[in-house]
Amino acid sequence: MNREELAGRVLQLLTDIAPDVDAATVIPGIDFRDQFDFDSMDTLNFAIALQRELGVEVPEAEYASLASLDKCVEYLQARLH
Amino acid sequence: MPSEFRLPALGADMDDGTLVEWHVAPGDRVKRGDVVAVVETDKGAIDVEIFLDGIVKQILVSPGTRIPVGAVLALVETDVAAVTATGAGTDTAAPISAPAATPAPAAVVPPIRTDRPRISPAARRRAQELGVDAASLQGTGPGGSVTTADVERAQSTVEPSQRPAPAAVAEGAEKAERSGMRAAIAEAMSRSKREIPHYYLSTTSDVTPAVTWLASHNASVPVAQRLLFAALLVKAVALACRTHKGFSGFYRGGGYEESAAVHVGVAVALRGGGLVAPAIMDTADKTLAAVMEDLRALVTRARAGRLRASELAAPTIILTSLGDAAVDAVFPIIQPPQVAIIGAGAVAERPWVVAGSVVPRQVLTLSLGADHRVTDGRLGAQFLAGIAAKLADPASL
Repeated sequence: MNREELAGRVLQLLTDIAPDVDAATVIPGIDFRDQFDFDSMDTLNFAIALQRELGVEVPEAEYASLASLDKCVEYLQARLH
Repeated sequence: MPSEFRLPALGADMDDGTLVEWHVAPGDRVKRGDVVAVVETDKGAIDVEIFLDGIVKQILVSPGTRIPVGAVLALVETDVAAVTATGAGTDTAAPISAPAATPAPAAVVPPIRTDRPRISPAARRRAQELGVDAASLQGTGPGGSVTTADVERAQSTVEPSQRPAPAAVAEGAEKAERSGMRAAIAEAMSRSKREIPHYYLSTTSDVTPAVTWLASHNASVPVAQRLLFAALLVKAVALACRTHKGFSGFYRGGGYEESAAVHVGVAVALRGGGLVAPAIMDTADKTLAAVMEDLRALVTRARAGRLRASELAAPTIILTSLGDAAVDAVFPIIQPPQVAIIGAGAVAERPWVVAGSVVPRQVLTLSLGADHRVTDGRLGAQFLAGIAAKLADPASL
């Protein structure tokens, strides 16, 4: 999966767990929390989705790596390769 | 005599709703807890359950009708034996038209439909902005709910000439929707501040043991079984309600009534504004894992517009946790007819004195807004201390 494909996959997972988020408006460099009130429940659901769909288990201590789309993609690229 | 099925209470801040859809028809058998109708409210579409066992005799309200809480929606024959038994005493048989035509009960249990259109509050707003008829869409979200993406896809397929004049219509619709929920919250909170003599207390305590316990628990289980600190808070509040009377119940008709069951309501913020506080039923009797599961389900359904009427009306006390908003403390307003509300700020590392030394600890400020008609500060202080004590011993949760 190249970076673009991975970003698309992450966005899909994001809107699966938070269907009230508009994927088209997500700004990659800004934290989800500041864009659409992403909270601890969203983060946990997101981590569960990443484990289930991509097989990547994100330890709680590394949740900060999931804070924005850019951070997520960077983190997942490192974990997937 | 058939029993009346009335629109149940939908929570303190909602007095009416619009009937959207029936899931049952005359002749259908219903049992306690069945979802029989969908009602659109200021806080989204709500599943309405019935708390009668019997057979639907007559539907009195048709879809599209605006109805107040308490309105009779349908008549239900609860004396099913009289309807179905052959040769039963005719003196008890209700005058149901042609009971013989009613199929055997086992055959008429209506399946709960899962194909009905559901829409998140955010998607509903988007649909109104774009002039898309959300009811006609096939949702791709959880449980088939309509998402903002579905709305936008639909909009791109509509001929421009078919679209309503966008700006004016959309702006008006969005304003109406937001002001509907805002008006509902304003009404309930104004009533609360007008009628309830609040007193406020807060206590800051060292929750390092709970934070440590949680981190170690979460590191040892699969991701899907991780807990949130909020689940510990909910359970601690519920357990404290069992031993401290005067906080979990209702003030009605000039008097206070302690609720036998503890149903902790959880304030859930909706993205883009607004708030709902559905209950985790029988909170004190549930394991932490079950509380977490319920919490997750409620947050998801609140944001997708799939709450049930019973969940909105049930809370005997509410917990509002603003930990994610990084505030130190919350000074919450009681939701009538409840008599208390607990606020939780963020858990944060702070200098703390332990045995004469300043050490870094994880601390949390809990606050209580309580009704002076029911309790005094001393009881409130004991209640708050009781919650903190539960958190200090996470294994007891």
